[in-house]
Amino acid sequence: MILKHGNVVTEEGVRSLDLRIEEGKIAEIAPQIEGEGLDLTGLTVFPGLIDMHVHLREPGFERKEDMTSGCRAAVKGGFTQICCMPNTDPVVDNKVVVTYLKTRAKETGLCKVHPIGAITKGQRGEELAAIGAMKAAGAVAISEDGTSVPSAKIMAQAMQYAADFGLKCLCHCEDKALVDGGVVHEGYYSTLTGLKGSMRAAEDIMIAREICLAESLNLPVHICHVSTYSGVQLIREAKARGVQVTAETCPHYFTLTDEAIRDFDTDSKVNPPLREEKDRVAVIEGLRDGTLDCIVTDHAPHHEDEKRVEYALAAFGISGLETSFALSYTMLAKEGPLSLSELAALMSANPASILSLQGGRIVRGAPADLTIADLNAEWTIDPGQFVSKGKNTPFKGRKVFGKIKFTIVDGEIKYREGGEAEK
Amino acid sequence: MRQDLLGLYGYAAEEIEEILSLSAWMKDRLRRGEKRFSELRDRSVVILFYENSTRTRTSFEFAAKYLGARVVNISVASSSVQKGETLVDTGKTLDAMRTDAIVMRHPMSGAPKLLADTVCAHVVNAGDGMNEHPTQALLDMLTMKERFGTIKGLRVAILGDILHSRVAKSNLFGLTAMGAEVRMFAPRTLVPAGIEQMGAKLCASREEAVEGADVVMGLRIQLERQHAGNFPSLGEYARFYGVNEEVLRGAKPNAAVLHPGPVNRGVELTSGVIDSDQSRIEEQVLSGVAVRMAVLSLICKEEV
Repeated sequence: MILKHGNVVTEEGVRSLDLRIEEGKIAEIAPQIEGEGLDLTGLTVFPGLIDMHVHLREPGFERKEDMTSGCRAAVKGGFTQICCMPNTDPVVDNKVVVTYLKTRAKETGLCKVHPIGAITKGQRGEELAAIGAMKAAGAVAISEDGTSVPSAKIMAQAMQYAADFGLKCLCHCEDKALVDGGVVHEGYYSTLTGLKGSMRAAEDIMIAREICLAESLNLPVHICHVSTYSGVQLIREAKARGVQVTAETCPHYFTLTDEAIRDFDTDSKVNPPLREEKDRVAVIEGLRDGTLDCIVTDHAPHHEDEKRVEYALAAFGISGLETSFALSYTMLAKEGPLSLSELAALMSANPASILSLQGGRIVRGAPADLTIADLNAEWTIDPGQFVSKGKNTPFKGRKVFGKIKFTIVDGEIKYREGGEAEK
Repeated sequence: MRQDLLGLYGYAAEEIEEILSLSAWMKDRLRRGEKRFSELRDRSVVILFYENSTRTRTSFEFAAKYLGARVVNISVASSSVQKGETLVDTGKTLDAMRTDAIVMRHPMSGAPKLLADTVCAHVVNAGDGMNEHPTQALLDMLTMKERFGTIKGLRVAILGDILHSRVAKSNLFGLTAMGAEVRMFAPRTLVPAGIEQMGAKLCASREEAVEGADVVMGLRIQLERQHAGNFPSLGEYARFYGVNEEVLRGAKPNAAVLHPGPVNRGVELTSGVIDSDQSRIEEQVLSGVAVRMAVLSLICKEEV
């Protein structure tokens, strides 16, 4: 297959290039390649997007999402590789569940799916999960996502033991005692709505703890979904003194503020909570200056029944796979502050490098994982059009730019706008 | 009057005035012993309480019955909110029974909004979580208006558990819309974030809050806040944050004392303050019935 006339995003910038794909790999990159091909005039070719923080809900919560619906949503959103979090039922804390997920992903045959194992058995925070066996079965990291490991001692041991297997801990940062049942950010809007708030420190304290552990042990750590300006600053300072810390954020933290909660829209309920304008601005600055390494969705699909209840009872989470690229492009790159190459790094090369995954760059010999978008296409986010089972998005009705036209995985078109997935 | 009464946030002075003037008329009739009104004849009102309450429930029930409505009481234990039927399903069921108005109290903020978005019936919020308790603020304002002739320009001091108080917030929204000045004082552990951005003046001491006030309002302090670490003991609360006769002397000589009840004597207010000539706490009770009659009749009016 030859991809012709696309604007190809490389580390050096965007250039009009043709790509020849052979046996699932990028075989040739040149200004012009002879032969029939797919005409991509006016379209932009990104290295295949990678989302290292997704909840596929399978096994156990297939009412919310399953491997097939989740992977369909992923390729529709332009993702060629996703990593799925272990808070399923059963928890991904042993090689059997990892193998099951790998098998299901293969059967589904859309994007690449990399399981993330739990840090502790049953995510109970007590004994280490079977980290070595999970790695051998294909797990790419460990995480207790949804909660923090309560004991700093267990966390330290997890970092050490995982490092023997080349795995990083991906840390959800939340001091449970300080959150104390809070469901939104504590501030003007929590008071206005009467919803129980949780202060920045509840997130920052755990970010600081994980940084301290990584620094003491001289080991790497990755901080999940950073939402506070102060958390961004903690990571910036840690990086400056050489701590091996990487971090991610999500489109909702650089797009929305806690104003979104004012009418009790339960789709705005997410953990960590939407914060204030100064946090939103700091998150963008963190992405710009390299403090935050990547953009993830924290795709958290839920059934409508779990959101059509009182705000305090509603499930936390946003269905994000199908809106992440457009929101990121619209908010960060369309009119700056990021270049398309920088955006591609945040959504592809950096997550690949953090988890040592193949891909992330359009270079000769690399797997032909490519995301092709029409950056001029304006569209309105409509959860009714989602292929994910989770229709829970606070972005409903929002106008964005950037539409995924094709998602190519190992040289095969897995998503084509308006068409069936091709084999 | 709007379709529902969910809270006073965003209400204009004229909207509040409309309710208060009918409330004053109702209260006048009630004072004269009148109890047979016809505004809600052939209407059905459900009083749906997910929290324990004696006075608010009784007040609404009398209000609806005096207006001639058919009233059904439903009590649901707070503990069953998560286990039982969903609020949306309960609302649909009540709607299907041709309910005209639902008066709801619920422990979770925003629950009346969810109900109102679901049902055709009018929804009156009788208190939701830490959000609003609009009829309480309206009855407080009616009591103030009767005492001073106007609300505009009054200085109102609110002291107590502001953080968990839907009464404080509804009063803040209502009073500022009406042109009153609202001063607040509480232990720092019981002050909600951003309350000053909503128009309250946060004071550094009870003396500062009460100084020159026309109205001094105490809010109920619950023992469970002590257990949650908001203050060391009720005794220490009373000593440093309570309103006693000496503190009250800093207010205007004719200042009115209000409290949404039930009062913890000797905690937020001393008995000397509660039982003084300045107290309007008993007056608030009849204001409550009148305000709820006015709200129910206005809300159900347009379809007659």
